[in-house]
Amino acid sequence: MSNLLILGGRVIDPANNLDGIADVLIQAGRIAAVTLRPTGAAAPVAPAGTEVIDATGLIVSPGFIDTHVSLREPGFEEDECTASGTAAALAGGFTTIAAQSDTSPVVDNRSAAEFIRLQAERAGNCRVYPLGAVTKESHGEELAEIGQLVEGGAVGFSDAKRPVANSEVMRRALEYTRMFNRPILHFAMVPELSEGGVMHEGFQATRLGLRGIPAAAQDIMTGRDIALAELTGGRVHLMCVTTADSVERVRRAQAAGISVTADVTPHHLLLTDEVMDSFDTMYKCHPPLRSAEHVAALIAGLKDGTLSAISADHQPLAFEKKQVELDNAPPGICGIETLLPVCIKALIEPGHLTWSDLISRLTTGPAAVLGLKHGTLGPGELADVTLIDPTQQWTVRASDFRSKSRNTPFDGIQFTGRVVATIVEGEVRYRLSR
Amino acid sequence: MLLSELPISGAWGERHLLGLERLSAEQLTTVLDLAEHYDRVTQGGTQRLDVLKGLVVANLFFENSTRTRTSFSLAARRLGADTVDFSASSSSLSKGETFIDTALTIEAMGVDMVVCRHRTPGAPHLLARHLKASVLNAGDGTHEHPTQGLLDIYTIRKQCGRISGLTVALVGDIRHSRVARSNIHGLVTLGARVIVCGPATLIPSDITRLGVEVAYNLDEILPEVDCVNLLRVQFERQRGAFFPSIAEYAHLFGMNGDRIRRAKESLMVLAPGPINRGVELTPDVADGPNSLILNQVSNGLLIRMACLTLLTQERRRIQGGQS
Repeated sequence: MSNLLILGGRVIDPANNLDGIADVLIQAGRIAAVTLRPTGAAAPVAPAGTEVIDATGLIVSPGFIDTHVSLREPGFEEDECTASGTAAALAGGFTTIAAQSDTSPVVDNRSAAEFIRLQAERAGNCRVYPLGAVTKESHGEELAEIGQLVEGGAVGFSDAKRPVANSEVMRRALEYTRMFNRPILHFAMVPELSEGGVMHEGFQATRLGLRGIPAAAQDIMTGRDIALAELTGGRVHLMCVTTADSVERVRRAQAAGISVTADVTPHHLLLTDEVMDSFDTMYKCHPPLRSAEHVAALIAGLKDGTLSAISADHQPLAFEKKQVELDNAPPGICGIETLLPVCIKALIEPGHLTWSDLISRLTTGPAAVLGLKHGTLGPGELADVTLIDPTQQWTVRASDFRSKSRNTPFDGIQFTGRVVATIVEGEVRYRLSR
Repeated sequence: MLLSELPISGAWGERHLLGLERLSAEQLTTVLDLAEHYDRVTQGGTQRLDVLKGLVVANLFFENSTRTRTSFSLAARRLGADTVDFSASSSSLSKGETFIDTALTIEAMGVDMVVCRHRTPGAPHLLARHLKASVLNAGDGTHEHPTQGLLDIYTIRKQCGRISGLTVALVGDIRHSRVARSNIHGLVTLGARVIVCGPATLIPSDITRLGVEVAYNLDEILPEVDCVNLLRVQFERQRGAFFPSIAEYAHLFGMNGDRIRRAKESLMVLAPGPINRGVELTPDVADGPNSLILNQVSNGLLIRMACLTLLTQERRRIQGGQS
C-alpha cells in the first residue's frame, strides 16, 4: 500500500466540518493527517516514498457511498456484472456501494451474499457490501434468513423494486431486523396503484395518453412504513422518494423521533415529466419522473436534510431492452457514472445546495443509513477519497461508460464538473484519462 | 392528374402525421380543403386518380383493426399507390424481433409510407425517429388517432359549413380514448367549444388544461350542444371496473330517443365506431336522421387520401431539395 500526499486541494469533509485549502497525507491506506494550509504558505515536503498528487483547483472529498446499486450478477450479466458495475462506480467517484439484492437468484441466503463479496474482491474496484432480501425470493411473503444474511455480510435489507406490500410481513421484518440493528431499504409504492404505469400521473400523462402512476402510490406506502417504524422501533430507509407529500411525511416523522431516512436520485432532481413528450424509453424509470412542484419539494427536502442521501439508483439495462415501445421497456437509468455532474447541474449551479451539503448527502448521509464508518477524512479512517474538478466542462458519452449498459437520458448533454480520480484505501483505483 | 396539379394552397410542411396536437388551424384547414376537393373530383372517392402512382404504402397494424386498415388501403389505391399489409400482434413480436427491427425490415422492401397502429402511445413517434419513410399514425394506444379526429371534424364542417363557434360534446370514455384527444386538439385549434362528458372515473381531472370543459350530466349540457361524438366504451383498454354496470352507463350517458327530443333539432350525432348498440346509443338514434355515422366512414376515405397526398408532397419537396 503506497503513501500519498494530496496537495493544495479544497478539502471538504462534512463529518469534521472542514472546508478549506488543505493537504491530505495518506499512509498505509489510512488518513494520516489533514492539514489546513494558510494563504501564502508553502506546500509541505512529501516524506520519502510518498506519491504526490497536485490537487490545486480540485475538490478533495471523502469517497462517495451509494446505498443501493444494482450490479445484476448473477442472473443478468447482459446488463452488468460486479466487475463492470464497480468500475462504473469508481468512475462516478464511489468508493463504497451496497449491492442490491435483485439478482437471479435473489440474495436471500448467506451463500448468495458471500458470492457478491467474493466477486467484488475479485474485481478489486470499490468496496461492496451486500444488501439481503427482506423476504424469500423477494416475494413479500416469508422473511428471508435475515440473521444468516447478516453473518454473510449484509448491511441492510431490501426487496429492491418489489414493495413489501403486506403490512404484517413488513411489521415482522422491521421487528426482526431491529435485533441486528440493520435498516430495511424499502421501495414505498402501492403496487395496485402503480401497476402498468409508465409515467407520472398528471397533465402530461393525460396529454400523452400514457398510463400514469399517481404520487399517492408512493405517499400511501410512505405513510404506512412510517407508522410501522413507529410501531416496531425498526429502522426504515425509503429509497427513491419522488413526491412532495412523501418528503413532508418523512420530515414530520423525523421531527417526532421515528427512525426513518430517505434518499433521492439525481434524475428526479434534474428532469420533470415534461420530457416524456419524446416517448423516449431512456426517460422511463420507477418511480417515474415527476412534475416541477414535486422536484422543488425534493430539493427543499435535500436542503433541510430530510433527504439525507442521494443514490444513483443505478439500473443498467442491455441496449436492446430499451429499443422497444414505451409500455414494453423496463424502467431504469444507468446512472452511477453521471451522478455527480447531474447533481451539480440540479443543485450547485442554481445555488440550492453548498458543496459541503452535496458532499454530505453522498458520504455521511448514506454512511449513517447503512451504519458504516466510511465517508469521512478523519485521521485514522480508511483513506477513501474522491477528487473532483468542479469547473471542467465535458459532454457525457454513453459509449465511454465503464458500465456494460448505456441506458442514460444524458448522452450528448454537456455538464460542468466531474470526478477526476478515485482513491480506495490509499490506492488510486480510477484516474480520468484526458 | 399529377400531384403538382392539385389545388393545395395552404400550409402543410409535415413529413409525418403523428397527431393533431401540434398542427395549426391553417394546416388543419389544408387537409380539410384537400379532402373536399377529392370529394368533388372523385365523386365521393369512388373514382380513381393516379397522383400517388408508384408509391408503396405499408399498413403496419400491431393491433386489430378492420375498418381503419381497409379505409387506408382503399385511400391509397384510389390514388394509385400500392399497398402492403403487415399485421402482427405485439405479443409475438416481443418474443424476438423488436418493433424497430420489424419496421426497418419492412422499410427495406422499398416502402415510402408507413401507416402504423399500435397499442402503445408513442410507437409511431419511435418509428418516425428510425425510418426514412413517412409515418402516419393510425392510432397509438390511448394517445392520438389523427385521421379519425380529422374525419370527425370534416364531417361536422361539411354538415354545417364551419367549426368555429360550435359546441361539441365528446361523450364517454375520455381517459382511454385516442379519438377524444385528437378531436379535442383539432376542434379547440379551430375555435370550437368542447365539452367532455362521461363517468368521473373515465375523465382525467386535469383534462381542462387542454382547453375543454368537463360535465358529468349529459342532460344538462345537451340543449346547448351542436354535435355529440359518442365515444366507444373501451372495454378492452380498461383495467378493472370504471363504472358499476353497462345498464347504468347507458342510463346516464347513452344517447336515446328521449335525449334526441330534448336536444337541438339540428344536433349532429357522431360515433367513431365500431358502435355498441344499446350502450353508447340506441338503434333508433344510430339509424335516425341526426346520425352522421355512415357519412363519417365515407369521409374517412377522403381524409386519408388527403393525408397521404400531403405527406407525399412534403417528402418529395424535401427529396427535391436534397438532390
